[in-house]
Amino acid sequence: MFLKLETRETGSDVGLSTLACFLLGVVITTLSAALIIAVIVSDKAAPELASLAMQNLNTSGVENPVTAVLLNFRSYDTLLEIAVLLIVAVAVLPDQCFAGKTSLPAKRFLSRNVKHQVNPVLAGLLKWLVPLALLVGGYLLWIGAYAPGGAFQAGAVIAGAGVALSLAGQHDFTWQTTSVRITLSLGLLVFIVVAAINNLITGTTLQYPVSYAGLFILIIEVAATISIAAILLLLFVCLKAIAEPAREGDTQ
Amino acid sequence: MTQDLLYSITGIVLFGIGLFGVIAAAHIIRKLIALNTMGIGVFMVLLAAARHGVVTDPVPHAMVLTGIVVAVAGTALCLWLALQLQLLDSPVPEEPP
Repeated sequence: MFLKLETRETGSDVGLSTLACFLLGVVITTLSAALIIAVIVSDKAAPELASLAMQNLNTSGVENPVTAVLLNFRSYDTLLEIAVLLIVAVAVLPDQCFAGKTSLPAKRFLSRNVKHQVNPVLAGLLKWLVPLALLVGGYLLWIGAYAPGGAFQAGAVIAGAGVALSLAGQHDFTWQTTSVRITLSLGLLVFIVVAAINNLITGTTLQYPVSYAGLFILIIEVAATISIAAILLLLFVCLKAIAEPAREGDTQ
Repeated sequence: MTQDLLYSITGIVLFGIGLFGVIAAAHIIRKLIALNTMGIGVFMVLLAAARHGVVTDPVPHAMVLTGIVVAVAGTALCLWLALQLQLLDSPVPEEPP
């Protein structure tokens, strides 16, 4: 249904009059020009945080400074980021979850839809593409400790494999089982458990001891990758499932 | 230096285009795309600001990475709300008597 982008009332894709558009264009052009001039004339101050991060890199447990900032120096950001993802996933989850069903169906997460016929070229491509995406995801997770990469990049690539499967239409995903829900919240749960264990050891919530920092970051990253992949896939599959019957209704 | 400047200027131009779209576009999906364009512009400016000669500041990079995740989540939530809005808005099919 989103192929139809104009609004029903006006039939136009712009909600303003020509004069208002012109004035808005002038204002925004002026604003952008002012910002560009500000960027050109500003002299960049000495990067105080950069040198702080670099000096403390050997206490962080990883060699990649971005991963060190994400999961050690500013790990609150990452904890809350995973919480934000989980909240959105709960919002987008299909309604059947809350329809008063006390017993959840014991279906597998990924089930094959035998009735759906797929182009053999597409099926052959998927056979290569999906394992390759999983492999690349694992590599990105591992390399995150030394070079650009990490949990979110890995999760996005693995979710991409699931999106490809979903678009081909040969597989159905089930989001109603308990194990899937545990998978969705695994990242946040493990993060909180690690923080709690750390609190028992050191007395501070997210300041890891130097000797355990690498291990803690690895555990969190693996759990976060699984959750991020599952949540991104859920967002795509569920939004597609809501949009599809509506679009079919439009064409009738 | 020139490369950083190019990134910053492109980011600001993208921000401007997105701002125009957010205000001028009528359809909610167009507004959402414009909002994402604005966000990408901000990310580009931040990434360009992270470069200081040979030293790259990892803090803005981590902020951008977190920002991308939150932007993805926000976009998904907006799409879901837009779909619900459209479902509410669409005429209810008449039941045969």
